This record gives sequence, C-alpha cells and structure tokens, in this order.
Amino acid sequence: MTVKLSIDGKPVSVAEGTTLMEAARKIDVDTPVICYHEATTSEGLCRQCVVEVDGWRVLAPACVTPVSQDMHVHTDSERVQHARRTILEMLNATVDLSQAPDLQIQMDDYQADRQRFPNAQVRDAQVLDDNPFYVRDYEKCVMCWRCVQACGDDLQFTYSLSTGGRGYESKISTFFDAPMPETTCVFCGNCVAVCPSNALVSKTEFFMDQGLNYDQIRQEKRKQRKQMPRK
Amino acid sequence: MIEAQEVVRSTCPYCGVGCQIDMYIKEDQIFRVEAPFDVAPNFGRLCAKGRFGIDFVQHPSRLKKPLIRKDIGESPRKAVGLEGFREATWEEALDLAAEKLAAIVAQHGGDAVGTFCSAKATNEDNYIFQKLVRGVLGTNNVDHCARLCHAASVAGLQLTIGSSAMSNSIAEMKDLDAFIVTGSNTTETHPVISTFLREAVVRNGAKLAVIDPRQIEMTEFADHWLRQKPGTDVAIFQAMAHVIVHEELYNSDFIDDRTEGFGEYAKSLADCTPEWAEGLSGVPADQIRDAARMYANAERAAIYWGMGISQSVHGTDNAVSLANLALITGHIGKPGTGLNPLRGQNNVQGCSDSGGLPNVFPGYQLVNDPDIRGKFENDWGIQLNPDVGLTTMEMVDAAEQGGIKAYFVMGENPMMSEPDLRHARHVMASLEFVLLQDIFFNETAEYADIILPATSFAEKAGTFTNSDRRVQLIRPAVPAPGEARDDWVILSELAQRLETELGREESAGFEFDDPSAIWDEMARLTPDFQGISHARLQREDGVHWPCPSEDHPGTPYLFEDDFPSGRGRLTPLDYRPSAELPNDEYPFILSTGRVLYHWHGGTMTRRSKLEDIYPEPTVEVHPNDAENLGIAAGDWIKVRSRRGEIQVRTLVTERSPTGTVFIPFHFAEAAANELTLDARDPQAKIPDYKMSAVALEKLN
Repeated sequence: MTVKLSIDGKPVSVAEGTTLMEAARKIDVDTPVICYHEATTSEGLCRQCVVEVDGWRVLAPACVTPVSQDMHVHTDSERVQHARRTILEMLNATVDLSQAPDLQIQMDDYQADRQRFPNAQVRDAQVLDDNPFYVRDYEKCVMCWRCVQACGDDLQFTYSLSTGGRGYESKISTFFDAPMPETTCVFCGNCVAVCPSNALVSKTEFFMDQGLNYDQIRQEKRKQRKQMPRK
Repeated sequence: MIEAQEVVRSTCPYCGVGCQIDMYIKEDQIFRVEAPFDVAPNFGRLCAKGRFGIDFVQHPSRLKKPLIRKDIGESPRKAVGLEGFREATWEEALDLAAEKLAAIVAQHGGDAVGTFCSAKATNEDNYIFQKLVRGVLGTNNVDHCARLCHAASVAGLQLTIGSSAMSNSIAEMKDLDAFIVTGSNTTETHPVISTFLREAVVRNGAKLAVIDPRQIEMTEFADHWLRQKPGTDVAIFQAMAHVIVHEELYNSDFIDDRTEGFGEYAKSLADCTPEWAEGLSGVPADQIRDAARMYANAERAAIYWGMGISQSVHGTDNAVSLANLALITGHIGKPGTGLNPLRGQNNVQGCSDSGGLPNVFPGYQLVNDPDIRGKFENDWGIQLNPDVGLTTMEMVDAAEQGGIKAYFVMGENPMMSEPDLRHARHVMASLEFVLLQDIFFNETAEYADIILPATSFAEKAGTFTNSDRRVQLIRPAVPAPGEARDDWVILSELAQRLETELGREESAGFEFDDPSAIWDEMARLTPDFQGISHARLQREDGVHWPCPSEDHPGTPYLFEDDFPSGRGRLTPLDYRPSAELPNDEYPFILSTGRVLYHWHGGTMTRRSKLEDIYPEPTVEVHPNDAENLGIAAGDWIKVRSRRGEIQVRTLVTERSPTGTVFIPFHFAEAAANELTLDARDPQAKIPDYKMSAVALEKLN
C-alpha cells in the first residue's frame, strides 16, 4: 500500500513500512546520523536523526519510525536543530570525538558549543591492545552498537562483542572482558569498518598515526608478539 | 588520523570469494583495507586475510631483481638459499632463460618442458602463459594448482552434467531454504561465503546439514551433523540417494525432462541402505535419513563442498554422488540451488578459464578438436600441437622418467603443495633447467636456475574470476618493488626471445599495450567471454560468465534450460575404500587442510601480520588420543608417516575425531606434505591429501 505524507512541505509517496529516513532520502533530504549504518540494524539509539512530526508530543527518530498516512514531517525545525546540537554537545563532553570526522562536521553545522558542559565526567578507558590486528580505544566510543551488530546478526555471525555494564558504566565488551584472542573473534575487522569514531582502529593505522613507518611498525609488532595471547 | 591520498578499488588476492576491497594509501603505503557495502560479492564483509593480511606486498623480502643460480649447469641440482644466486639484469636473465629453454625444445621437443601457470595471477597473465607454452614451446604441458584441489570436482561434474564451475552465485546464498556443506571448513577457507550461509540459517531459518568428520564451526549452525569416518563420503551420499528414491522424494518431472539413466541408477542403489552406510561410516542411519529428507523436501536446496570431497582417491566418485543427489531432486538450474564446489584461490576459476589446463584452450575448448585448434592456429598464425598435454602429477612422473627436462613455474610453489615432498624434491633435483617467476623466494625457488621477479596484485592491472564465475578488475595501487615487472610483460618478452632463438618466422603475437588488449584477444576466441571487456567491468564492477555478447547481462546461475552435456547423466557408483588405511605401526589417519589465518604454502601470510596470531605448525589431537599417548596441549611432538616426519605443536581438541589428526599445510619448517602420499584418483589424477596413515611420538 502506498502512504502519502509531506516532508519539509514536499509531498512524498512511499510504500507502507518505509522509514522516515528512507522517505526523506527519496526527496534528497538527509538526516544526520551517529548510530545508523546502512549495513546494521537500526536501533534508534543516538536520536541524532530525530525529526518533528505535526501533532506528536516527542521528536521521532527517523531511522526507525515508519511513515503513516498524511504525516507532516519537519526535518530541520528549530526544535530538531536544538535536539541535535545538545546531543552533540553532551557526547563531545564525555567522549573523545577527535577522530570522528563526520561528527566534527556535524558540530560545525549545528554550531555546537564544544565547551558547553565543562564539568562532565569524561569517559576514561585504557587503550586495549591485545591482538595483532586492531586496538580498542573506548575513550573514543560513542556506544552506537554498530560493532556489536556487525559481529553478530548483521554481518559476521561470530558474536564475540557485546554490551556490558549499566548506565554511565555501560560499554562495549567481550564475555567476561576476555582479551579478543580468547573469544570467538576471527579478526574479520568488520567491527572496525563500521566504527564511526576510530575507537576501533587497525594497528597499522594506529602506529602510522604515531609517526612510525612500515619497517618500524613491523619491528614494534615483533616486539609485542611474544606478549600476546595466541589464537 | 591518517588522511588517504588515494583509495584504490581492487579484488582480494586470497580466496575464491573474490571480495572487493578498497585500499587506502598514503605515501605508497597501504594503511587500511575496507570493502564497499554496496558491491557484490561481499557487500562490505571481509575476513582477517583480506582486511589485515595484504601487508605481504610491502614485505622487505619481495624479489626486486632477476636472479641467476651461481652454479647453474651443475648436476644434480642442489637446493640453495638466496646466497646461491647472483643478481642479474633483465636482459641477461631473459636471454639466458630463452637460450636454455630453446635448447631443450630444439633437442628434445616442446613436450620435454613442463609448465605451471598460476591461480594467483590474472586471467591476462595466464592467457599469455598458455599462449607461450602452446604457441612457442609447442606443447600442451600446462597445468596449475587446480589439479591439486578441485580436479575431482571437475571430473565428476564433467561426467554428469558437462560443466564444472560453481553453478549458482554467492548472492543467492542468503535466500536458501536448505543446504548441505560437506568437506568444506567454510568459516576458515571461505570466510565471507560462510557469513552468507550463516545468515541463511540465522535470519531466514534455512536448514543446514554438515557432513564432515571434523567439528568445524559450521556444525554450530547445523540442524544435522553427520560425522562420517574419513573417506566414507560416497557411502553417505549413496545412502541419501537410496532414501530419496525409496521414499519417492525425488522430482519425477525433472528426472524425466532433464536426466538420463534413472532406472539403472535407482536399481544400483538397492543395497545402499542407510544401515549399510552406517556400518561403513559410523553415522547413525536415522541421521542419514533425516539429512536426505531435509535436502529432498526443500523448495530450494544447494550443496557446497571443498577439498574434503575432491582431494581423495575417490574424489571423482564423491563429486558424481553429489551430482546424482542434485539431479534426482531437481535442485539445480534454479536460483538458490545448485552444485557448488567452492574454489580455493582468488583466480583458480580464471586460470582454468584462461586455458591453464593441458587439454583445453581458453573457455574449455578442446585442444584435440581440429576445428577449435584451427580457430586458434588462424588467429595466432602458427601451427599447434594436437596432443593433450600432461597434468601436474603426470609431469612429475615424466620428469622422473626423463621425458621432461625442464620446468617453468609461474606463481606456484610445488615444493610445498605436492604430496610426498621428499620424492618431489628428488625429481626436481634431476631436471636440466628450472625457470621460476614469483614475487617471493619460496621453497621451489631453492631449486630454480633463474628467478624472475614479478609484481603482486596490488601493483598491476588485470582481472580475476572468482568462485561464482564473476570476472572482476584489479587495479594498480602501489609502485612495484625494485625492478619487478608484471607477469604478462615478462612472458611477452620471454616469448619473443624464444621465438627468435627457435628461428620462428612467424610470431604467435605477443605485443600488447596493456592487459585489456590481452583480454580482448582471449574474448575474441572464447564465446563465453565475448560480452566482457575491461571497460564494461569498470562500469559494472563484475560480470558472471557465460556472457556471449555486450548486451548480455551475464549468468549468475547455470543450467536453467539444459546442461552442456544435454541431459544430466545419473551415474551408478561403487563404494571403494581409501588408499592408505591405519595399521598398528601407523595408527592414526592424517588429514591436511587450512586454518583461517594462513594461506596455502604460507608464502604470503607468513610474511604478513597474520603470522603473529598463528606462528607455529600445529596438529589437532583428540583428548582421548592425547591421554593415551601422554601428550599435553602445547607439547611438541613428532608425526611420522612412511614418507617422512615433522615436528609440530599439539592442540588438544575434540574438533578432530579420535584416531584422526589434522595438520595445516602452511608451514615450511614442518610441511604436512612430507607425510602425505601420492595416491591419485584414477580419473582426475588428484592426490589424496586427506587420508594418510601416521604415527605420533612424544619428544623429550
């Protein structure tokens, strides 16, 4: 069945079950995202894609809200902009977003105040370097869950990553916090590929970022090799 | 954060899945590999090898200059390391190679040369290689590693349906209703394909039967796991067919319209009851019944297999018995069905397609068919040898008997991949001349006279054809190390020198501007490729052959209307036991294979960071066997067969059944093929790598 609605004043006709995000893209309106990824299941976690719907009390996450008949949707109203700006400001106050280029652009677009919450408790985590292929720097983690989904039912069906902890302490983890080589991980790196903020980063890139060249990286890795658990 | 100066789309150089990769490059260094989420066949998915393992291209030990053996001409030849070679100019190395090869051809004829082309090189490289061999050396002695991997699948499928490629595409996998995985440790050997198969189970509720002696990861997703004794595959498949016939679960319409020989075939199954198979294989009869019903009753069902089926003295029978199952149930010729041998190397399909076989020109056109040969003679402007050439293992035999005097090996490592390596080395030492073309100094290089340094996949252009017949581009991303040259360039230069040395008046034609011109020549001579060009691949990412014309969309699944052989031939079989069975002295069955983190002879992966996670040769031993022998996990032990012995570290695990041990064949310092035996399938000539008898000894 076809559903008719308006998005930013423009009429749109789409199939029943289409999300607001997909409907908006049909008329070249893009909503900004943090947790959404084309290859993973949308969970509506980050709320950055919210839009305003006439008659609705709350803003609707466009990635998971299905269209309905005669809806009037506003993707860039003042209320929407305010919500997005606040989300970015809160995230930036607690997480290291220095290697999330898309979020840096969004902060500029929405004129986010990077110092709005100076007393926020910053995420503090050790860099986990427990395997030859990638490091996990959870100070940069925005908790989008994409890596967990990629590891699970969306791409890899390996299930070595999961969420752990609660509330502020919640984090991406492995079962009993085991090092990656002791989990079911097969090092496909599909989690690294979907990470939006470089919390998961290939080791070559991690070392190159520190100014090492290819030969130095090889030697650095050889040094580490002895200390690491093996598969 | 590193900013890429360039991102280059290419095709992964490891397995036959043919994943599309994007290489991120800064200052000529590949620092990240990603995969496009919107492009087949992998749709963004990669495995450890593709994402983290292509750093081998930048390893310092890449060959950078042509090398000539210092004691060239001495007999018998000895294995020497790099110190036994001196660097040479391209002029000198190519001149000398041409002179040596031409002398052997002039004195003994072209059939005195045995050649190995490469399932790692491009279609274009392999086309030029076989053109050089057939058109200049004048022999059809050209073969490659497919002989050691899917030769039996090819023989079995040729016999029954007349075509040997994977019948259906990777894209159809996630929509399966039911499927069988047998003799394929899919999660480790074709990791990205395994994700789509698991997706079928987890997300779409597909039923899976795994038929495999080892407790591979796919068993965790299976509804039925049939754990047969190694080597009893035919009994299981025959019994499944027995169930399908006797419970009348077969597809009568399909049998009537598309097959022949059903009456006789059905009669031949009379004694192949599940109970009979249980006696041979140890698999409970009811499990066999359940798996047969699952497969036969599904709307769409497919079979996927790997080396466990083909690398056997009855490999052809294994493949035939699988083809029989598909033919009586009609699970072929439709989307989501099919007979699907999963190809190993990135371009093993393409190497065969491009004529890297002793009996066929490109596109499986027979060399002993006068019309076909006439077509190639016309186009190349020369006379061609009408006799079918020798297969890999037949070339070894001929070398031993003196019929073959020289080897020309491009991008292969037979001194790791052939069975019974001690014997293989003995044969290699007796040759008059060995020419090698490769990217690394490998175990075979130790026996070479001249080594020509080639470029890797990341430095050249061309095409690979993946397991589901999809032709895809590779593109140069980083500069070649030192003086390394593209394979096709080296071959063209060598061919022209050989023609001069041999006093040929007419050249077969080796002047090409680039690989796309080589492809065009091959496509002109090969009806199945005629609609494919590099320009089209640039636009469409990939095309599945057969593709006879520019406006043809390509063929993701085969046999919709008929088989190349016309009707599918249902073929009665007899169960035969394996060549070498355990006894008191050698009480264990040895099976060899791969692990996720390494690739074949290890030439590439052991020079990448993959080595860091799996650095040592291992053997899988069942806990009961380990306890009886007093072996603990992590112990180094000696594994001995009638041919040789190696030392490996013990993994105590229930993955392999009691009485069977598994050793990966990646490690030169403990090469599994020191132990394997050269017993071959009579039709396919493939050695049995999955079944030799060994003894285990504790080391002090």
